[in-house]
Amino acid sequence: MKNHNHAPSCKQMLGNLSEFIDGDLQAELCSEIEEHLKNCKNCRIVVDTLKKTVELYEKCASEETNLPNDVRERLFKKLALDDLKKHQESS
Amino acid sequence: MNQEKSTVQIDKLKSGDEESFAMLVDETSGKIYRTLLQILGNEQDAEDILQETYLKAYRAIPEFENRSGLYTWLHRIALNEALMQIRIRKPQIVSIDDNEPFSDDLDIEQKDIVDFCCLPEGELLSKESRHFLDQAVQTLPESLRIVFVMRDIEGLSTQETADALQISENNVKIRLMRARMILRKKLSAYFNKFFIEEKEL
Repeated sequence: MKNHNHAPSCKQMLGNLSEFIDGDLQAELCSEIEEHLKNCKNCRIVVDTLKKTVELYEKCASEETNLPNDVRERLFKKLALDDLKKHQESS
Repeated sequence: MNQEKSTVQIDKLKSGDEESFAMLVDETSGKIYRTLLQILGNEQDAEDILQETYLKAYRAIPEFENRSGLYTWLHRIALNEALMQIRIRKPQIVSIDDNEPFSDDLDIEQKDIVDFCCLPEGELLSKESRHFLDQAVQTLPESLRIVFVMRDIEGLSTQETADALQISENNVKIRLMRARMILRKKLSAYFNKFFIEEKEL
């Protein structure tokens, strides 16, 4: 990490962060990272914001979303369900 | 991806009831289209694969065994179709092995240290922020984007992703890490504007 006091260990740690936040990292490496994080504020921010990044995408993915009307129209036509769709819309 | 809350009756679907199938399409197609857009990167391809997905599902539904749940089953069909499309378009993208554990993605400068976790949920997930999140995924190199969508958006395991892409599990992990680090950096730059605005007030 540039502009950062303990550069070598920061960069070594970053390579394992993805597995660390997933809880998939070996216990020994986890402890090393946790130890490093105690004394390195910048790395704590990187870990927290990496977690947050994944969390934001997961949240967006879990939300319902509607198909654009024109895409829906063509999909039902392709599936030969368009008469049924018109019926559903009018009822 | 893990929600299996369809109100569609599977027995009716399996017997070929068109009304039930239309309901299934309406319940599930929005999310599938969004995923296809993210993985394929353009609207025309996403729409073509969406149509292909439901045509395949309609033909295969009598044999559906309900082991994985309807929602998961449909998403798997969509993902397989999307990957087939990518293989045709750019065969080298999916199965190339890029075992490069450290790259520029891991270079973090002081400007990339922005603690945006403390921002309110309303700002993190505003309409504008969501649009940025979508755009940021689109800027990822395709080989990273596919893995990110499969793992973090579709919720597939490392092994499932590796099998589907015919790459090693280690390669999936490396690509996922690079994708996440790039996105984190982009979000840091984006959300930093809220802190700058705050200072200016």
